[in-house]
Amino acid sequence: MTVAAPHADRPVALIDLLDRLLQGGVVITGDLVLSIADVDLVRIDLRAVIAPVAAAAVDAVTQPL
Amino acid sequence: MTHTDMATDTDVKTDFGTDIKTDVRADSDTETNVDVTTGLDTDVRDLEDLKDVKADVDEDVKTDIVYAYAVLRRTPEAARAVADLRGVAGERIRLLEFGDDAPDGASGGPPGDAPDRPPALAAVVGPVPAADFDEASLKAGLEDLDWLEATARAHHAVVAALTGRGIAVLPLRLVTVYRDEDRVRQTLEARRDDFLPLLDRVTGHVELGVKIYAAPDTESPDPEPAKGKGLGVGRAYLAGRRRRKRSTEDAWQAATDTAARLRELAGTLAVDRVAFRPQRGELAGQVPGPNVSNDAYLVPEDHVEDFRTRVLAAAEGLPGVHVEVTGPWAPYSFSLPAEPVS
Repeated sequence: MTVAAPHADRPVALIDLLDRLLQGGVVITGDLVLSIADVDLVRIDLRAVIAPVAAAAVDAVTQPL
Repeated sequence: MTHTDMATDTDVKTDFGTDIKTDVRADSDTETNVDVTTGLDTDVRDLEDLKDVKADVDEDVKTDIVYAYAVLRRTPEAARAVADLRGVAGERIRLLEFGDDAPDGASGGPPGDAPDRPPALAAVVGPVPAADFDEASLKAGLEDLDWLEATARAHHAVVAALTGRGIAVLPLRLVTVYRDEDRVRQTLEARRDDFLPLLDRVTGHVELGVKIYAAPDTESPDPEPAKGKGLGVGRAYLAGRRRRKRSTEDAWQAATDTAARLRELAGTLAVDRVAFRPQRGELAGQVPGPNVSNDAYLVPEDHVEDFRTRVLAAAEGLPGVHVEVTGPWAPYSFSLPAEPVS
């Protein structure tokens, strides 16, 4: 199967990327994934830059196995 | 997992939920306790080099933990695609097979070939230094925008390299790390039944982002100078403010209406939609106005240009509204199980 869409090497805005990487993606319980699932630290410390991302990530949380 | 015979052997042995203590043992049997956050970097790099040399040996190097990027079907094409990839720590990427559906492990037949058996899966993984991805480092890293950006982009590069070759993947969330490869297998096998339908759904599809902004007309901030009407400076100022406020509200309303219409249109062109929160804050950068909606659509890959063209065309000429279409993305927003487990 081939695809015309050039996913790679395409400049993407960090905020769009963080929307997806912090709110999307398969959430599985990694040994450390709690660091991301428990986004308190992100919410607190990156509030100025990615507040909506962090807030939503909290909503999006993960179910344990 | 057996230890390697390397000169330095580091063992991350505690639960990651607590402090991580690491033993660094030299061959001389002397034993030193080191805090994982200090001093281990060089050792880890050395081990990384050694590991590269021994790339064929499937064996854990104990100072490394495993970063998992994505789940995909185990195919020769996928194996080829990861061969040259490097991950968030510059590490070599490989496929970690799991989900072999051989009942009782007895059949031993080639996985994924039998038509009556679901395809075998693999995780895209790479060994990363425990010292850089333990809890303390992650806390620090996630608060550091440069680290976050570098890690996010490197993660994305791995995923995008795969989707760029038309390989269907389920990207994992940023910084999904495991103590070792056994843990990865164990965890992913438990979710196998989630992955298969999700993979089927995203196969042949890409994700597109649609962001709608309220863009008040800034060309005419003060269309009718109030002087001639004999208003004082203060009143003129207030009148100007009211006009601007109206214009902002109009733009917001227009953008909201447009968002609703575009959703309807896009919905007919897409398989699924996920709404993200509107983007705010510094990271949003230079924007034409407030972000009204920020959605992701799962679109058949041969309809990408059609989707883009029709969505942009539908928004064209509408005053007070600005629309951006981003992507194609890997299906980040469509990799979560459909039914939320309470």
